[in-house]
Amino acid sequence: MTLDRPDDFDGWREAARELIGAGVPPMSVVWQVAGDDGELFGSEGALPPGGGGQPMFSVPKPFIDLAKAAVCHSDPQRFALLYALLWKLKGNRRALEDRADPLVDRLEKLAKEVRRDAHKMHAFVRFREVAEENGTRFVAFFEPDHHIVRREAGFFARRFASMRWSILTPELSIHWAPETQTLCEGPGATRADAPDGDPLEETWRTYYSSIFNPARLKIGAMLKEMPKKYWRNMPETSLVAPLIAGARARELEMIERSANNFGAEAAVKAERQLQTGGNLRASWEALMAEARGCTRCDLHCNATQTVFGEGPLDACILFVGEQPGDQEDVAGRPFVGPAGQLFDAALEKAGIDRTQTYVTNAVKHFKFVLRGKKRIHSKPDTAEIDACRWWQEQERALIRPPLTVALGATAARSLTGKTLTISRAREAPLTLADGSECWVTVHPSFLLRIPEEDRRAEERAKFVEDLTRIRARAKELAS
Amino acid sequence: MAQLDTREKLAILADAAKYDASCASSGTAKRDSKGGKGLGSTEGMGICHAYAPDGRCISLLKILLTNSCIFDCHYCINRKSSNVRRARFTAQEVVQLTLAFYKRNYIEGLFLSSGIIKSSNYTMEQLVEVARSLREDHDFRGYIHLKTIPDADPELVRLAGLHADRVSINVELPTVSGLEKLAPEKSAPQIEGAMLGMKGAIEDGKDARKKYKSAPNFAPAGQSTQMIVGADKATDGDIVTKASTLYDRFSLRRVYYSAFSPIPDASAVLPLQRPPLMREHRLYQSDWLMRFYGFKPAEVVQAAGDDGMLPLDIDPKLAWALKFREHFPVDVNRAPREMLLRIPGLGTKAVDRLIRSRRHRRFTLDDVARLTVSIAKIRPFIVTADWRPTLLTDRADLRTLVAPKVSQLELFAA
Repeated sequence: MTLDRPDDFDGWREAARELIGAGVPPMSVVWQVAGDDGELFGSEGALPPGGGGQPMFSVPKPFIDLAKAAVCHSDPQRFALLYALLWKLKGNRRALEDRADPLVDRLEKLAKEVRRDAHKMHAFVRFREVAEENGTRFVAFFEPDHHIVRREAGFFARRFASMRWSILTPELSIHWAPETQTLCEGPGATRADAPDGDPLEETWRTYYSSIFNPARLKIGAMLKEMPKKYWRNMPETSLVAPLIAGARARELEMIERSANNFGAEAAVKAERQLQTGGNLRASWEALMAEARGCTRCDLHCNATQTVFGEGPLDACILFVGEQPGDQEDVAGRPFVGPAGQLFDAALEKAGIDRTQTYVTNAVKHFKFVLRGKKRIHSKPDTAEIDACRWWQEQERALIRPPLTVALGATAARSLTGKTLTISRAREAPLTLADGSECWVTVHPSFLLRIPEEDRRAEERAKFVEDLTRIRARAKELAS
Repeated sequence: MAQLDTREKLAILADAAKYDASCASSGTAKRDSKGGKGLGSTEGMGICHAYAPDGRCISLLKILLTNSCIFDCHYCINRKSSNVRRARFTAQEVVQLTLAFYKRNYIEGLFLSSGIIKSSNYTMEQLVEVARSLREDHDFRGYIHLKTIPDADPELVRLAGLHADRVSINVELPTVSGLEKLAPEKSAPQIEGAMLGMKGAIEDGKDARKKYKSAPNFAPAGQSTQMIVGADKATDGDIVTKASTLYDRFSLRRVYYSAFSPIPDASAVLPLQRPPLMREHRLYQSDWLMRFYGFKPAEVVQAAGDDGMLPLDIDPKLAWALKFREHFPVDVNRAPREMLLRIPGLGTKAVDRLIRSRRHRRFTLDDVARLTVSIAKIRPFIVTADWRPTLLTDRADLRTLVAPKVSQLELFAA
């Protein structure tokens, strides 16, 4: 049997009807398309006499859909396979339901490939605008894998009904006339027949490269949906390689800029000014409200309340103490007890205005043991420090102080995650994960507990010395 | 400052929109321009016109009207305190760009969002004006997705629904505390109130269409939302639960997940590291389990580990099956549809084909293999005419047997 065109469904249907009617088994039919090389030994035989002797039968609708798609495939076997399935349907009307049947499976796969190719054509045809005497025409060049152009012309006719357009393919070209709302066919074309550019393509390429997020490179996913064979006729695909090559660098640059920009921009700086109702303020207030309900460790069970940090959110120095004591626990404010008073005095001597600094604790709940009526301070353990560290980190993240001071070992542990020896660490600043400076010194309550008077005075002087150094350094950093 | 031309604005305003995950253009009313009037068509299934190297599809012209914003949400590149270049399109520029791209078959339509300028109402008016002009002045029949602003005037939101195929309001973050911390100017009740209002309007629109043929089509592709994953501490369990309540309460068409990605000039309260992209993928998979496979949210949560996170190395359906081995093996020749859907590696299409085919044959392993991608993954969980897994489902090392082999990592993978 010879069909007129490679996608000649009607021709196939007619021929198949006659063959079935004549009872010709699939084995003895050779299908070919006019213009292709003929079968070596075959010749167009007449149908055996007695055709029409068998009653006609109707096929289920899904078969028609399947056949209409499958005839567009480039597989030369498609007509024969379809006829074989038709033959099978004659014996069993429901044969098509058995998807596990290899013949059904094969044809379904052909149809699926055709549908995919059609879908890609809908997606990847790129029109270019050309001026003509009576207006403009939009012309595209496309190379489908299968014989789908006639089948898919309708999609473009429905979508671009008011535009004059042509789609050129190697096999044939299709033209749309908006005045008459009709399609007409022309011969196949080469890429050279199509216009080679459109002024809007640069704009489209700008969009393509801007909408790509370099932090999410997924090349495999792109290639799966946009196979390279389609790339040649799409203006944006020439950008793919450079975009991929530059992606990691762009992502690192974004992170770099995020890490280094504190205090740099006027906009950010303005926001850091303490202003009621401002966004930073609101975030801090929300954080504090959340901390009030903190149950990250068991300390909340016995303490009166969470003692959160306080001070201006644009502070240059952030002090981290150990944990609230008895008086702080009741007052709900850090450093108000005896140690706090000593701290205030030392700050004054060093020339630091406490109201210009942010003061907080590594652990936000008071830890104590009851001795009679007295609540005796008890050192927080590592698990508690680590549990509470989150709050401290959030505070620091909001305030982003260029200089943080760890008062004592607990604070140092909270800030660095390591156990440090104070005497050694207080000599030089450390660098924290965000790149800012951290100075370590003793906790004021340590100074309260030294029994010998002369040593106590000596240590207090050393503490003030540390603070003086810190003030000078903070000034340097701020300028 | 010198005036920016359209291309420069496009570069800025597309770049600013790239963090939004949604780009779908499916599921709307069928329209076309047959008869030569207007431009464009929608045919139910959306079309991805290109793919970017980040693996995401480009279906719509996704841009912001402006990236200036009076809000200061920490996760957002366009927040007030961010140091990015600002630009602003006029409504007509967006209209012209959309039409020009559409005519060249680059896009399916427009997805328009915006930073909030002057006031919510003013911004919403501008968004609506773009859609109105496209529909009324140019008879545009392609897809339009508008992002609405939660506290805008309900009348403006209604107009948005009249012109757009889909409207969306972002819930932004899966937990209220996350929202308070990262988007202090937004509030969960306000966002949810707006969603509820939109749900009502869509339902009213549908009712009206039933009564009067002439009633306008109101947001035929429904409403969707997006939440950011990995910017706060919410676990996959939290997110899945949140998503399912959103589907239930507001009849959403889709919940999109957007893995938080480091943004230039990021706010200090954000992590600098991106969460693994695989996490986003696993969340989408769990979303499918709930929408198409009959999994209850609680069951998806069960598939997560003790830390509330879905495993990254295997998909959530396999994770569930490995945890609840007592349900397996499933006899593919006899089991009901809902049990077949639980078999790891068997998709909805394969299950439908299997059910149709098994009236005609008793399935062997080879038959099943023809319906699926990988029989090796499925084998331990099924019984066929010629196969019964002996004790395989009880083996302690089953996970290593069925989990995908570690292949070479994707270039620069997270």
